[in-house]
Amino acid sequence: MDIKDIIKPENKVYAKTPILTDAVMHYCPGCTHGVVHKLIAEVIEEMGIQDKAIGISPVGCAVLAYNYIDIDWEQSAHGRAPALATATKRLNPDKYVFTYQGDGDLASIGTAEVMHACNRGENIVIIFINNAIYGMTGGQMAPTTLLGQVTATTPYGRDAKLNGYPMKITELLAQLEGTCYVTRQSAHNPAAVRKAKKAIRKAFENSMMEKGTSFVEIVGTCNSGWKLTPVKANKWMEENMFPFYPLGDMKDR
Amino acid sequence: MAIKGAIVVDTAKCKGCSVCVANCPTQTIALSKEVNGKGYNFAYMENPDNCTGCTNCATVCPDAVITVYRVKI
Repeated sequence: MDIKDIIKPENKVYAKTPILTDAVMHYCPGCTHGVVHKLIAEVIEEMGIQDKAIGISPVGCAVLAYNYIDIDWEQSAHGRAPALATATKRLNPDKYVFTYQGDGDLASIGTAEVMHACNRGENIVIIFINNAIYGMTGGQMAPTTLLGQVTATTPYGRDAKLNGYPMKITELLAQLEGTCYVTRQSAHNPAAVRKAKKAIRKAFENSMMEKGTSFVEIVGTCNSGWKLTPVKANKWMEENMFPFYPLGDMKDR
Repeated sequence: MAIKGAIVVDTAKCKGCSVCVANCPTQTIALSKEVNGKGYNFAYMENPDNCTGCTNCATVCPDAVITVYRVKI
């Protein structure tokens, strides 16, 4: 069979969702942000909520997320996305409000905001991309950096005596009464991507049921910051990140 | 019943990260020797006969540049 006979509109089984704009993403080749943007756009398309979704973009690599997903966006000060999302959701209870934050934004400068938003049980979705490094500023140590991991500011590896221990923010948030769904996913292979999409969809659905905050962590790669190729970064993540950040649901009610 | 598939890569937007190459179960995809306007070796079907249209490559593609077609013959 000739390829021309296969490539016909009626045989199409997968294409870029129209919710993603045609802009070329500024992310490095192989960056997990691209995959997660795509998943959020696909969930928004499947649920038919393009005119009802409001995203809050963080400070970090994903600050320009508003260029790529064709919905309403706000852009918050560093770490303050949950505070902005709280106000947006309280003023527009019929909208699907979500924040999209990295680990430098959420787990460091924004820890207080995310803790209290979750403790208040705001009906929002928080998408947390954890790649254990500050990607945009050049690969410095983040609170989530693993012990022994080499970064620009820990050239001999993270040392617990000097730099403290890596922070499992998702486990902390699962303890709070205000959260209804807390999960950790990944996006390194097709099965993980499909599971992550289901988790994001569930979180969006929860946000309309007045159950509390839904928190989806996605363990991702920063191949530029880690100084690895995209494929090797995925392997490194499986070997080093997953033992410390185990995947799965921590809370679902 | 046999299933045949094919992919179309938006070569201008592909960044050649090769995550699709690593996740292709049938070794259909490879990076081309040519480069696109940004200097990236974009992905293409090296062994088009192998493709089953499983959509794994498109699922993991960070830049959403792969469109997948599948047909039963």
